[in-house]
Amino acid sequence: MAELLFWPALLCYGEAAVGYLGDMRRPGASGRAAIWGVRLGWLAQTALLGVQAARVDGFPWSTWAGSLNLFVWFVVTVYLGVRRPYRLLGFAVMPLAAILLVVARAGGGTGVGARSHYSNLFLVLHVGLVLVAFAGFTLAAALSAFYLWQERRLKRRAVTILRRPAPSLATLDRLASRTVLVSLPALTLGLAVGLVRLLSEGERVDAVVAATAVTWFVWAAYLVLRAARGWTGRRAAYVALAGFALVIVIRLALPAAHFA
Amino acid sequence: MRLVLVGTSHHHAPVELRERVALDRERGAELAARLAAAGGEAVCLSTCNRTELYVAAADVDAAEQAAVAALAEIEPEVERALYRLRDHAAALHLFRVAAGLDSLIPGEGEILGQVRTAYDAGTTGMLLDRVFRQALHAGRKVRAQTAIGESPASVSSAAAALAEQVFGDLDGRSILLVGAGKISEQAARNLLNRHARIAFVANRTIDHAQDLAQRFGAEPLPLDRLEDQLASADVVVSSTSSPGFVLDAATVARALHARRGRQLLLIDLAVPRDLDPAIHDLDGCYLYDIDDLEAIVSETLAGRRGEAERAEAIVAAESEKFHEWHASLDVVPAIASLRAHAEEIREAELRKAEGTLGRLDESQRRAVESMTAQIVNKLLHLPIVRMKQAAAAADGVIYAEAVRHLFGLGEDER
Repeated sequence: MAELLFWPALLCYGEAAVGYLGDMRRPGASGRAAIWGVRLGWLAQTALLGVQAARVDGFPWSTWAGSLNLFVWFVVTVYLGVRRPYRLLGFAVMPLAAILLVVARAGGGTGVGARSHYSNLFLVLHVGLVLVAFAGFTLAAALSAFYLWQERRLKRRAVTILRRPAPSLATLDRLASRTVLVSLPALTLGLAVGLVRLLSEGERVDAVVAATAVTWFVWAAYLVLRAARGWTGRRAAYVALAGFALVIVIRLALPAAHFA
Repeated sequence: MRLVLVGTSHHHAPVELRERVALDRERGAELAARLAAAGGEAVCLSTCNRTELYVAAADVDAAEQAAVAALAEIEPEVERALYRLRDHAAALHLFRVAAGLDSLIPGEGEILGQVRTAYDAGTTGMLLDRVFRQALHAGRKVRAQTAIGESPASVSSAAAALAEQVFGDLDGRSILLVGAGKISEQAARNLLNRHARIAFVANRTIDHAQDLAQRFGAEPLPLDRLEDQLASADVVVSSTSSPGFVLDAATVARALHARRGRQLLLIDLAVPRDLDPAIHDLDGCYLYDIDDLEAIVSETLAGRRGEAERAEAIVAAESEKFHEWHASLDVVPAIASLRAHAEEIREAELRKAEGTLGRLDESQRRAVESMTAQIVNKLLHLPIVRMKQAAAAADGVIYAEAVRHLFGLGEDER
């Protein structure tokens, strides 16, 4: 059943990614098709997660790949929430969602695995909150990338700037900072829950925990520098992209031992 | 009833001639009422780019002559610049006008309201009601389904649209005008229309600054105090006749410290330029001069022309619908007579069979009634469809006459 739901989700996300590419070149029908791809893909993936939860009778995303599957769902959910005025964001978000979903499947995160030995409450708080925060950071990074693209068009005085208008610099900057403002407390809480368990079990800090802590510092610096030093706009966007690079490293490049 | 259009526009007459035949709403309504007095319908559409009379009448030649005479009476010279269109061509022209396709700037939005006003003030009946309603529908459809009217068409509106690309909603954004001439004022009005706030007007002659500042509720400023306000302004619009820069990069760079990363858009509408081009290289500053804006406008106009192709297709489809409806008017009386004739025969035959039918119960009678009605409908269906098709192909009158002749319709009256 889970297998049956994975493919429609992937196909729809893939279609959305291609559709948004077409929409960038010529706005219109391909953009509308892309939006339907996101909606249908999200429904299929939601059903997939539902099947996983029902089969395992608990929190089935405690593995590295399983949590990646859930992370993709959070990213697409957040995108669906803000999509209306920022449709072009799909150009950045949907290819990423499709690729990460493939990686999650390769790691066995889209099937029905064994139940984790951790408690459901701990997993929901720790994994859930960290993934929500990472999804928020992903969106903030996409908005920042969008900001840099729009800023480059303004700096290059692109003649098509009014023929293909994009969200304004101020709007992109504000929305990115608000997303971080919501996501950072979620990461703080998720990390705190994990650290408490780590200390109580007497376990050692691994690479994932260390990298997540660095990520926390980068995103905290994003907010502090904004408030204290007026680091908005381009500089804030670069910090956001650096923070996102760490998120990707944690999600893809670090050893899976943390999830064991 | 046929449709005739007589008029002139920017394609055919220079502004000196157009302004002499331009009519305000009251005079246009008066003229329309006068032209419609003989039992017809008339609408006068008069804008800065055109004066057109749409007349619906049975005698189309007489209606055309009357419309030409009416315009020539206002300005005899206009006669040589008049165009005359009839029926489908006249309707198609109106649809293109309402869609902004015949405007000086393709897709300009004002014309739709002007067509609506002309229609409201006209003396209309079945034909002009239909053609104007459909023209307004076509105009709205073109704006909804194409991007023809979305991009700015002038340098000052492009400047305002650029400000929206930097700041989004301009509500409450602070504008600093440098120079108190007409160009500054025009740019300011475009920004005001988007709810920006003109905060300061700086000028070498403070009296001129005061005059413009008063009109916008802004504060006048001498040019040497420009730097003081750079920290708070969001948009600087400059258009002075100064031979050198009124603002250099070093001055703006100093102000940036106090701006704490807020973006600053600078629009230089002056020739020679007022603003140092090096300002554009500063972080968070975006400087556009008149050439940049003109390049953007020319690109957006090219985009409008591209969209115009899609708009033409929409207008053609709407115009075709009108043509079909108008053509069907030729055969509608014949169709109505044919139906009435057939119904008359059916009822007469039912009455003749009354003796036999009297023995039937109510449900059996209803079944017989329904069956005879169906026979009549089925027999008439194809001839009626063919008549309508013939009407659309301009043979409607011939078919209508043939049907009248074959079925003896209207012979009793004769």
